[in-house]
Amino acid sequence: MSDTTNRDAELNIRPPRQSGLEQFRAAYFGSIPNTLITLGGLLAFIYIGWSLLHWAFLDAIFSVEGGAQACQAAEGACWSVIFARWRLMFFGLYPYEEHWRSALACIIVIGVGVLSCMPAFWSARKLAAMWGGGLLAFIVLMRGGVFGLSLITEEQWGGLSLTIFIFASVALIGMPMAIAFALMRRSAFPFISVPIGLVIDTVRSLPLITILFTVAVVVPVVVPSWLLGDKLYRVIGGMALFFAAYQAEIIRSGIQSLPVGQEEASKALGLSYWQRMTRIILPQAFRRALPPTINQFVITFKETSLIIIVGLFEFLASGNAAYGSGEWAFAYVEVYVFIGLVYFIFVFSLSRYGAYLERLMRVGKL
Amino acid sequence: MTFASLVTRLGSRRIQAGLAVATVCLLSFLVYSVQQELMRQGIVSGFDFLWRSTGWDISFSLIPYSISDPYWKVLLIGLTNTLFLGFSGLALATLVGVLAGVARTAANPVLNALGTIYVETFRNVPLILQAFFWYAVFTHMPPPRKAIAFADMVFFSSRGLYVPGLNVSDGALALCVLVLVAGIVISLWLRVTRCLKGRGDEYRKLIAFFILLTMGVAVVAIAASGRLEGVPLVTIPELRGLNIKGGFRMTSEFAALLTAMSLYGGAYLGEIIRAGFLAVEPGQIEAAKALGLRPWRIFTLVRLPLAIRAILPTLTNQYVWLIKATTLGVAVGFSDFFLVISTSINQSGQTVELLLLLMGGFLLINYTLGSVMNAINRSIAIKGPSSRK
Repeated sequence: MSDTTNRDAELNIRPPRQSGLEQFRAAYFGSIPNTLITLGGLLAFIYIGWSLLHWAFLDAIFSVEGGAQACQAAEGACWSVIFARWRLMFFGLYPYEEHWRSALACIIVIGVGVLSCMPAFWSARKLAAMWGGGLLAFIVLMRGGVFGLSLITEEQWGGLSLTIFIFASVALIGMPMAIAFALMRRSAFPFISVPIGLVIDTVRSLPLITILFTVAVVVPVVVPSWLLGDKLYRVIGGMALFFAAYQAEIIRSGIQSLPVGQEEASKALGLSYWQRMTRIILPQAFRRALPPTINQFVITFKETSLIIIVGLFEFLASGNAAYGSGEWAFAYVEVYVFIGLVYFIFVFSLSRYGAYLERLMRVGKL
Repeated sequence: MTFASLVTRLGSRRIQAGLAVATVCLLSFLVYSVQQELMRQGIVSGFDFLWRSTGWDISFSLIPYSISDPYWKVLLIGLTNTLFLGFSGLALATLVGVLAGVARTAANPVLNALGTIYVETFRNVPLILQAFFWYAVFTHMPPPRKAIAFADMVFFSSRGLYVPGLNVSDGALALCVLVLVAGIVISLWLRVTRCLKGRGDEYRKLIAFFILLTMGVAVVAIAASGRLEGVPLVTIPELRGLNIKGGFRMTSEFAALLTAMSLYGGAYLGEIIRAGFLAVEPGQIEAAKALGLRPWRIFTLVRLPLAIRAILPTLTNQYVWLIKATTLGVAVGFSDFFLVISTSINQSGQTVELLLLLMGGFLLINYTLGSVMNAINRSIAIKGPSSRK
């Protein structure tokens, strides 16, 4: 770094401007270790990139005609398994002729999700209307039994649409629960705040799988059958509870980061508890808690893949089934890479959106 | 009348009291109906079943186990398996995370890009998918006769991963691990504690070194005394006939979970570590440079200690999360605590008791880990009124 040290007598002299080439040289080949790292890194890049290119494209088989035999002879990836089985992966056990319903339902929910990411739609009423309508349309399309659509029960739902349905319902049920939990935990009434604190901390210290297992497998054993809903809805309930326990802490920290004066001033104006919460505290708390909230959504979306453990036929389970049959048993890498890619697209865009919101907040446009 | 104004009229105190009464009613109803249901099925509640023999086998255990052993032993094995997987996973993930974090804070753009690609790839794909993937990879390895070997010491085969191991009895091995962990914790504590601050840095360094040395000697001594009869201390796996003999065999389930945990956890830890290094103010480093410290001294004396302070609270959360992630064992059939509990529930029907044990086990692990990490955090935090929480 000797070139930036200025030994000239004049104190206000600026360091010499580096040209683009000099900057490039300093960054990549500034010293001997740096040069070695650059060259080694480049070699690793070229090696990984070249092998991936060969595996995924140059030596890969794309056509379904040859079947599984054509793949086994090839060096590279066998994408034929995806082309042959994509319907199973996306729709699971859903009846073949009705796949369009599942696809349309999926698109509707994703569309509502994308719309609610836009700040223009951020009002409690608009969001509630959009999500209520969207989920209603989803259930009508998927379940059928009305408007001349044939009835398809929850046991036959599967694939990506099931994953997205579970995620959307968990967020939708979990969010009001989280707000209620956060407010209850802050309640001045110990009979409320202590038990709810205990519930939140216990749920947070348990792994999600154990909660899913409890609601899906154990509850039917110990609870009379008239009290039980469908397994799908019990799992959604369990996941929503888990989501709410984490989100409640995020909201609570958002509330606690507000200056105390805010609440005192609104009290002095004579606003009631609910007016204070809904008009003053919660809107500001949500704004402050936005980045960790998006993060929690990202985590929850990834965690929907855990419900494969309790035997629901979601996206990952459908993927396992896609290569599980004898014919394609060797093509597990391709199937997992494909599933990973789909998850990556969803999760990556959500987290990029979170980063965009943070930037927006930093310049004060939000 | 709107809901909000109704609530206001009734007064929030009364609402809260009503809510509390409703909760108590609901809970007692649930307990009552669960009891009824259990009685209907003829299940005797209580923890007596812990002393009954299980009658089923488990796939992986560090302690010898037979199917006639009682339930408490199988639960203990599950707990040790969870701890073993959890701590090996944490150690490996931390190693990967430090590498990724350093790569992402490096000035060299190529190294930076490599780190970024790694983090973004592994962070954005669900952990269970990665566990399935590695499990499929490890079970599709060639059979032992055609195993992939590295330096004739490490073998990858469809029966698992073979690494050199120690020929010692299980008791001695457990003692070794205990001494090792205790030694590391004590010497770390000595480095950061304020109790010996008055004695000077050299003194503390000497003490820490002495403890590490004693611990090393003790581990070697315990291992040597616990050596099995008539075999060398270190066993190296080798191909004999149709199978690989000797060495320590990691089952495919364990290897898959360990790989998935360290790569996924490493991506998250890498981000935490990067954030920690970014939180060190540039002025501090410039000041160290101005004092004439060499780059390595700047790293160990200024950047690392300051970064660790910023990292530790987040790191605790991530560690607790990773320990909880060992429950993914159930996906690939590794006998961790949760898998053992769920098998026990299926076999014995003691649902409520086993669920209580499950909750108790995880509360114990998480609170212990959390309080140890918090104690470290407290001891290295900047003291005084200006300290930031």
